[in-house]
Amino acid sequence: MDNDLSAGDLSVGVDVGGTFTDLLLLDRAAGTWRTAKVPSTPADQAVGFTDGIAALGVSPSQLNEVLHGTTVATNALLERRGARVGIIATEGFRDLLELGRRTRPNAYGLTGSFEALAERQDRLGVPERVTALGEVLIPLDEAAVEAAAIRLRDAGCESLVIHFLHAYAAPGHERRAAAIARKVWPNPFVCASHEVLAEMREFERGSTAAVHAYVQPAIVRYIDSVRRRLADAGFARELLVTQANGGTMAASVVGENAVHTVLSGPAAGVIAAAATGRAAGLPNLITGDMGGTSFDVALILDGEPAISSEKDIAYGIPVRVPMVDVHTIGAGGGSIARVTSAGLLAVGPHSAGSVPGPVGYGRGGTEPTITDANLLLGRLDAARVPGSKPADLAAVAAALARVGDRLGLDADGTAAAILRVVNAAMADAMRLVSVARGQDPRDLAYFPFGGAGPLHAVDLAKELGVGKILVPRFPGLTSALGCLLADLRHDFVQTLNRPVDAVTGAEIDAILAAQAKSGRALLTREGAEKIEVRHTADLLFRGQTHMLSVPATPGAEDATALREAFIARFKTRFGIVLPGMQVMLLNLRTSAFGRREALDLHVFAPPPGKVAPPRTYRRVWFPDGWHDTPIYDREGLSPGAELHGPAVVEQSDTTLLLHPSSHATVDALGNLVVTP
Amino acid sequence: MIDPITLTVVQNGLGNICSEMDLVHEKASFSPVISEAFDRSNGLYDAKTGAVIAQGDLGLPIFMGVMQATVAAVIARVKDPAPGDVFLVNDPYLGGTHLMDVKMVRPYFRDGRLWCWLANTGHWPDIGGMVPGGFSSRATEVHQEGLRIPPVRLLKAGEMQQDIVDMVLSNIRVPSERIGDMQAQLGALGVGKRRLDAFLTKMGEPVVRDAMAELADRSERQMRAHIEAIPDGTYESVAVVDSDGIVDRPLNIKLRLTIEGGTASFDFAGSSPPCKGPMNSVWATTHSSVLLAMKHVFPDVPINTGCFRPLVVARPEGTFLDAQYPKPVAGCAAEVSQRIAEAVFLCLAQAIPDKLFGMPAGTSGNLTLGGWDPRFDRAYVMYFFTGGGYGGWHGGDGISNGTSTIGISKTQPVEVLEQHYPILFERYALRDGSSGDGEYRGGLGLDYSIRLLAGEGTASFLMDHGRSGPPGAAGGETGGANRIKLTLRGQDFVPPQLSKGEGYELAPGDQIAVQTPGGGGYGPPEHRPASMRERDRRRGY
Repeated sequence: MDNDLSAGDLSVGVDVGGTFTDLLLLDRAAGTWRTAKVPSTPADQAVGFTDGIAALGVSPSQLNEVLHGTTVATNALLERRGARVGIIATEGFRDLLELGRRTRPNAYGLTGSFEALAERQDRLGVPERVTALGEVLIPLDEAAVEAAAIRLRDAGCESLVIHFLHAYAAPGHERRAAAIARKVWPNPFVCASHEVLAEMREFERGSTAAVHAYVQPAIVRYIDSVRRRLADAGFARELLVTQANGGTMAASVVGENAVHTVLSGPAAGVIAAAATGRAAGLPNLITGDMGGTSFDVALILDGEPAISSEKDIAYGIPVRVPMVDVHTIGAGGGSIARVTSAGLLAVGPHSAGSVPGPVGYGRGGTEPTITDANLLLGRLDAARVPGSKPADLAAVAAALARVGDRLGLDADGTAAAILRVVNAAMADAMRLVSVARGQDPRDLAYFPFGGAGPLHAVDLAKELGVGKILVPRFPGLTSALGCLLADLRHDFVQTLNRPVDAVTGAEIDAILAAQAKSGRALLTREGAEKIEVRHTADLLFRGQTHMLSVPATPGAEDATALREAFIARFKTRFGIVLPGMQVMLLNLRTSAFGRREALDLHVFAPPPGKVAPPRTYRRVWFPDGWHDTPIYDREGLSPGAELHGPAVVEQSDTTLLLHPSSHATVDALGNLVVTP
Repeated sequence: MIDPITLTVVQNGLGNICSEMDLVHEKASFSPVISEAFDRSNGLYDAKTGAVIAQGDLGLPIFMGVMQATVAAVIARVKDPAPGDVFLVNDPYLGGTHLMDVKMVRPYFRDGRLWCWLANTGHWPDIGGMVPGGFSSRATEVHQEGLRIPPVRLLKAGEMQQDIVDMVLSNIRVPSERIGDMQAQLGALGVGKRRLDAFLTKMGEPVVRDAMAELADRSERQMRAHIEAIPDGTYESVAVVDSDGIVDRPLNIKLRLTIEGGTASFDFAGSSPPCKGPMNSVWATTHSSVLLAMKHVFPDVPINTGCFRPLVVARPEGTFLDAQYPKPVAGCAAEVSQRIAEAVFLCLAQAIPDKLFGMPAGTSGNLTLGGWDPRFDRAYVMYFFTGGGYGGWHGGDGISNGTSTIGISKTQPVEVLEQHYPILFERYALRDGSSGDGEYRGGLGLDYSIRLLAGEGTASFLMDHGRSGPPGAAGGETGGANRIKLTLRGQDFVPPQLSKGEGYELAPGDQIAVQTPGGGGYGPPEHRPASMRERDRRRGY
């Protein structure tokens, strides 16, 4: 639904997904918006980006803000197409990235393979050693550092990591070595491990730094190319890029923060969910983003996305920077249904992707997918599949029947079975995510998004006993909206790992002040005006490895308040009080935010007074049988409209299914609030 | 006949309940062995037999068979379980492993009837005994290894039995942390009960009951189908434990595997007699090691009682694989179990080489260092366990520095260890030249060296594969053997029992250097492509 644009204050969010690039244009002055959806261009995402802006019908020169979510870094990592990385390590420790923490890929089965991000001949040791207490045991051999850097450079390494033991506590050697290497390195892609992550644990810190170095050249080149295209077309402002922590950053600082763009894709949607939930008065949400290949689950508590600094990108590749905590399972519209050797129905994780795609898309797919099950059961409109022709339901039925043969089911029965199995699996994933955070899903509202999210929302809410579903105005554009909403954000961490009672208030203040200073400096470079700084501390009982975070405030005389806050938090979380246990202060963290102008979500609400009648009716299958079901257009539902199931609500980016038991109202923001 | 869709939902639902128990257990535990090394397991067990109904994906693999023996032992000993009871048990001879693995078993009632058992295991960092941590290589009877607990009620009708708690805590080191571990284990059982209540109400109890029976039958059929694909016949192997830590003599695990249609029979007759040191294995561990080995070869078969039905293991009476009271057993879970699995792999490698792999390092590499740390003026005990190379396999080279066959645990970071203990790592690296050659070579072992910085330290080793390295498969060659070298007051010293030893006194500056085994190769070395050899040379493997 396009509206007229005013002369200025235009913001665009551009989210690149696996299949489509979604754009959302907002005219803050006029309170109007436009959307566009263009095919993604994996070979060079900048092409799809430019096409998308053109599809919006605006020129970059008209734009005030461009915010961009990209998968360039994630794809470079997952497809192993990143830079050739060289590593200069403490002598005797160059193999850390290949050794890992002694693991295997699967609990059962002893096969599998692993390749480190830097090949062994590109990892060199140099004489130097600092102890755990920060004393220099072996001085840094500066000549050896220079020789190693030259050797790696001449061998063809594009980026370089300095990785010394205990650099989280005593970074002097790493700092010096990086300075020496930078003198001989032909590009800016040199980092010291503590610059990327000042955190204890050599493998995890080194892995995070290696990921940074691995994706850095690719993301820098890509962002530079987008900036150039925008500038050539007259865009005069700073491009902003989303990060996995749910914040955004200026394109000019992407290079030094490259690792933060890894897995940033799923984070943006969760940011939009949090903002929508806050505006709708539902601050505690569990989100489910269902697209073509995966189902991403996240938690939002008190209006803030749950953040984790303990993610593994792939087997043997941890990244320990804060990320919106998204848990992924292989269940999306394109997930394929098969019968296992035990005669059981399995759905996913194999996906038909967009090519060949579901059988119903007519692009050559022969194996039935979740989308096919929804098509056959009338949940999706066969006339509205991508492409020029309606879905061939006879072909869909035949594919489903082939799988059903082995289960003693007809095509309809197979389709219903596929939905039952995949809904149960998605509900299980949601339950595990809540339990891991000590939450009961029944206390949360469900926020479905992504193209396929709303279609399964009522089924999942019923499985979990969730009482309320918040369906946003544009489920398929939630990530693009998230780009628009994200604040500038930078995170800092410093490991202490000492008994909390032995740390003075002055020490804590000094560390927090240094982190805040770095944050403010970075934000100022990015042009931020409203800067806000938040401090937290990670604590644990000595002997435990599972830490909890509590807010930290500078200016306290000692760490007593931190200790008390931790003990209270532990009691809430686990219901246990443990007097006499030593509390350790593991890390101090600072998040610096550059608050951007708040977005009033009311602009997306349809104009009042419209409650259009159903556009049509069709037969739709529900667990209690087939119903002749009214089909509504989302655009025709104004704030205050009420719907009773069974009903289907269609819009260009998604389809919402209301069961016969469901009831929905449109709130003031245009969201649908559903009682399952 | 129950429909296959309900089966899938029940299978995943029960598995998910166990995974939730695992998560609660892990997150609230004190023992780093549990929270960092995942040395714990949660499951649901049959009301009458104790057979496993479901077990979480996140649990320690070796426990998958052991726990059903534990529950069976509780069933045999306890005549009147009541709602709200929780039994505490760690007796190795009553369905156990070593004493450090402490189990809690809770009867689950539905409509007044015993419906199933919920149970979990957690490895406690201490259980009393002659050395902190329980891994003494000098113990000659179980009483030296720690506190032995028969099934006793820790909770009676929901009430914590404080006298039992006090009695246990009075006999172990660092008791305050163990209260936290007990609470974590109890919390996990509580979560399991509540989730099972809700699940049975939602699905209908009779439906779940029928589905469980059908799922077991299907797992059985799946395992039988795998076994039927193995050529009928008898296959023999010998896996060797270096020594028992007391007597320097190899211990042989002799296996005769007979495949007949869809049944696999395992006979360990002729294995070495019970040994003096702590390398004896209790029956539950021996049995479970066989089940685990088969699950490693056929990981697609879901774990439940059915998948074990086609596997017949004869109780190896009179051998060190069927330890009787009071034989010491500390090494059974960590080391002997891995050698038993190796014997199974070696037989199958003859029968179905395309599904197997060169042998993995197969040792947990336990190094214990205890003493006085003058930096903080305190006593310390460090447990360090290490990985080794995995075997090559039909699709690629073996993984380097893999975890133990029976576990999924990680090692502690060097930076954490150096912060806690007065030691300095001089090297923590791939062990060059340790992989077994083959078309697909084994993974590399680990090469590390530790120097004592200050104070004093006493070192003990409980490792294996020191006499010879992990064998290859399908024509692949043997990987490098485990090596220990101490440098004490300038003198190099190799422990006489190669992979085991206790009580080596270290002074500041003294060193411990260990090279862990490399994995066995797979396929004839002459089939290895020149390009791969060139890559290995470039990398300096």
